[in-house]
Amino acid sequence: MSEAQGNTIEHTTAAQAANAMPLVRVHQVVKSYQRGAQRVEVLRGLTLDIQAGEFLALMGPSGSGKSTLLNLIAGIDQPDSGELRVQGQDIGQLSEGDLADWRARNVGFIFQFYNLMPVLNALENVELPLMLTNLSRSERRARAENALALVGLADRMDHYPNELSGGQQQRVAIARALISDPTLIVADEPTGDLDRESAGEILQLMQALNQQLGKTIIMVTHDQRAAEHAQAIMHLEKGVLSSREEVQPRAN
Amino acid sequence: MFFLSLIIRNALRHRLRTALTVLGMVVAVLAFGLLATVVDAWYAGADAASDKRLVTRNATSLVFPLPLTYYPRIRAIDGVQAVSWANWFGGVYKEPKNFFPQFAIEARGYLALYPEFLLSDAEREGFLRDRRGAIVGRKTAELYGLRVGDNITLRGTIYPGNWDFVIRGIYHGARKNTDETQFFFHWDYLNETIKIRIPGRENRIGVYIAEVSDASEIARIARDIDAQFKNASAETLSETEKAFQLGFVAMTEAIVVAIRLVSYLVIFIIMAVMANTMAMTARERTSEYATLRALGFGPAFLHGLIYGESLAIALCGGLLGVVLTFPVAAWVGHILGKFLPVFTVSIETVQMQFIAALLVGFLAAIWPARTAARVNIVNGLRAVA
Amino acid sequence: MTRIPFSYSLRNLWARRLTTLFTAGGMAMVVFVFAAVLMLDQGLRQALVQTGSFDNVVVIRKGSETEVQSSLTRDQASLLAAQPQVATGAGGLRLASPEVLVLITLPKRDSGKVSNITVRGVPPQGIVLRPQVRMTGGRMFAAGSNEVVVGRSIARQFQGSELGSLLNFGGREWRVVGQFDAGGSGFDSEIWGDAEQFAQSFRRNDWSSLILRLTDPHSLPALQKAVEADPRLTVEIKREPQFYSDQSEMMSSFISVLGLSLSIIFSIGAIIGAMITMYAAVAQRVGEIGTLRALGFRRSSVLLAFLVESLLLSVLGGVVGVALASTLQAFTISTMNWQSFSELAFGFHLTAGIVIKSLVFAVVMGLLGGFLPALRASRMQIVEALRES
Repeated sequence: MSEAQGNTIEHTTAAQAANAMPLVRVHQVVKSYQRGAQRVEVLRGLTLDIQAGEFLALMGPSGSGKSTLLNLIAGIDQPDSGELRVQGQDIGQLSEGDLADWRARNVGFIFQFYNLMPVLNALENVELPLMLTNLSRSERRARAENALALVGLADRMDHYPNELSGGQQQRVAIARALISDPTLIVADEPTGDLDRESAGEILQLMQALNQQLGKTIIMVTHDQRAAEHAQAIMHLEKGVLSSREEVQPRAN
Repeated sequence: MFFLSLIIRNALRHRLRTALTVLGMVVAVLAFGLLATVVDAWYAGADAASDKRLVTRNATSLVFPLPLTYYPRIRAIDGVQAVSWANWFGGVYKEPKNFFPQFAIEARGYLALYPEFLLSDAEREGFLRDRRGAIVGRKTAELYGLRVGDNITLRGTIYPGNWDFVIRGIYHGARKNTDETQFFFHWDYLNETIKIRIPGRENRIGVYIAEVSDASEIARIARDIDAQFKNASAETLSETEKAFQLGFVAMTEAIVVAIRLVSYLVIFIIMAVMANTMAMTARERTSEYATLRALGFGPAFLHGLIYGESLAIALCGGLLGVVLTFPVAAWVGHILGKFLPVFTVSIETVQMQFIAALLVGFLAAIWPARTAARVNIVNGLRAVA
Repeated sequence: MTRIPFSYSLRNLWARRLTTLFTAGGMAMVVFVFAAVLMLDQGLRQALVQTGSFDNVVVIRKGSETEVQSSLTRDQASLLAAQPQVATGAGGLRLASPEVLVLITLPKRDSGKVSNITVRGVPPQGIVLRPQVRMTGGRMFAAGSNEVVVGRSIARQFQGSELGSLLNFGGREWRVVGQFDAGGSGFDSEIWGDAEQFAQSFRRNDWSSLILRLTDPHSLPALQKAVEADPRLTVEIKREPQFYSDQSEMMSSFISVLGLSLSIIFSIGAIIGAMITMYAAVAQRVGEIGTLRALGFRRSSVLLAFLVESLLLSVLGGVVGVALASTLQAFTISTMNWQSFSELAFGFHLTAGIVIKSLVFAVVMGLLGGFLPALRASRMQIVEALRES
């Protein structure tokens, strides 16, 4: 796995060097929702670039549009207007089915409530995204075992989600997000449901993914402490970007 | 009323699920009612039987005839008011599948014994006057488009050859359970024709029907008749018309038993569906029940809520099912008319349908109500997430 | 196509065992009724087809439909037996069996209620023509005696059919000397005795029917032609299996019409049950559906996963229903056949075809019940579904 990971990093940097494009380009994106009788505009022409290898935290008050932005980038929602490119591809133009395939190849998800399948054990949960590939059963197994070992759960493979603590479940979710070697990982309040100690471990794990494996991570959080594990923090307010601050690397 | 409106609102929370459950209940109650009506129809002949009529047949079995000479001897038995006779004809109208019962009757006496077959005086006279005349029940007449004055030919199975008749009357039933599918013609015509076609087989009687003056004497009279012919060439067996009809039902009892079993099975099926609905509903509302408990409502209140909802859904479906039973039974009765001449939904059937619905509603709530009343408040509240 | 693992569907059924049990249980009962009806119809066919053999023909009077209603004169019988298409047996005798049939009533052992029983007077040749009849107790009746033998289902159900007991009919007493097994055929519901003795007792000068063995099974048309040309022979000739299956047409169509309409009505209940269960399953797993879709599974994969779940449910119900129905093979239904007016016993007979039909029926119920909920699952908006988790 680590070898495969290494190849990907080279590949990504090479692509970047070739056309100097940001990994994610959000340009003049508008998104509104119908809430009851009124239409609420959540994103109002938001523009943002994310470079490959970045670990970005999105912050903002509730209703600022941070989760909506994340959903759009992750390709589980479509913008009303504007441009949304990932690796140069306009994902706003993809059909429903193509978008699903695109997600399978390019996006790893980490959710607040882990969203593991309760009827599948840890190993099977991690293996799940590989069902979307052509890998053989044994190959899927091997990769899932590797991924679980990577997040420190080699001894919990056959445990079901309800037999794991919150922190452990989130590790399984991280392993699941990693397994298909996605272009970017999106995390929506990944520590929102965890105690401080587990939260710290999860954030360190994410940092490690970013720094050691070169994974691009976009994380929505309302927790300043969590956000400080990222390289940069973007602040959203009322559907537009209000500021970007670089986080100083800490000795940790 | 607060409690009632809570039950109704709960029932309407999952509209689709409630609607489906009600629909299932409707189908089950409807099927249950129809099956009960089929069983009733099986017994219709026995129900319609008069308690003053005796049927005397050959003791060996119905396929053996009795001699015509028995007539005066039965007539002379003390307590017998009138005697007539009939022979099962068993003819085929065009095709074997066009079945309806046909009897050669001693016309004048037979019609007097069966006042429930209503004929206009003109039709009755027309029939009695025409040796080849026949009368037919309303349902059979409608089914085959027979009208007064039509010629009809039956192919004999027991009595060989083709037999030509002229329809002289169409009878109606005096009561709802009167069989309106039968076909009657003159025994004299049968007998005289047989005398020519198969000499030696004339003057044979299928059954004698005797009317007694006092219904309470009927058992004694039956014994007297049979004693009269003890050790004769053809011994007789006399029984009330009801017992005679029930004898037929008993021969096909296995079918009646099967239909009964199946009608209970449909209730079991809907019970499984209903119990499932209630169990799912209760499981989803665990936290609500815990909240209610926390607020101080006792188990009785929760029981009331769950039983109330279950019974409301079951009764709603039951009521619709009962209402639908009538038109559907009319339609089924039309289709099965050939086999089951009388097909009417009885009051007992409707009562049974309601009882079944109530039972299903009640039983389906037992398990969820017990679980809900026992819910641990702390664990239940935790289930909110 | 990429598939959500099968175990996901399977384990979800296990996760809500009680609901699965209720729903599959309802389906099992419907499949049970469906299979039972088919088995009964099959049992009836089996009984009647086995009653006859292909190279035997039954002759009855034209238009009489049944043996009991038929009558053939002795002259007609001799004339028919002499036809060249009729085989010759040991001792140079024609393989022709003129028989006399009457109905008598006997009380049933358990209920005391009477039923019509076919009593068949058989000459020695008649026994030769029915090789499927085996004695299971006692011995065959002696020709020219007042001895009778009873079929298996008569022996089981009717009073006075024990070995050595006396039956009273036709103004005489008859001693039961044997019990026979005719392999589940209609003969199992008959009492057999000597043809001439029966004819005398019932004061019949003529026969009811005539059974003939053909030299060549394919010579039936020739025989029919010869008979039609002879004005003395107003008779009908049918192959034995055909004759007996015509005899039960009404019963057979009654069973299938009633049974199939019941199955259809009941299946509505089971389909609704499956629908309720699957709708609830979808509602409970909105978050999971959102997650699966976010991970890149297509709508069709989600649709399939829920359909598979519903199908598993119905296959479970189907297997249990068929298993329950298979236990019915131990039972026999005994009822009056409307057409012959006499008692006929037949069993529930399970065949591979019925198993397949029943499982297909179950699967169709599962598909019908599961489709709409699965469609709802597949149509969910990802973002909304995730929000609900």
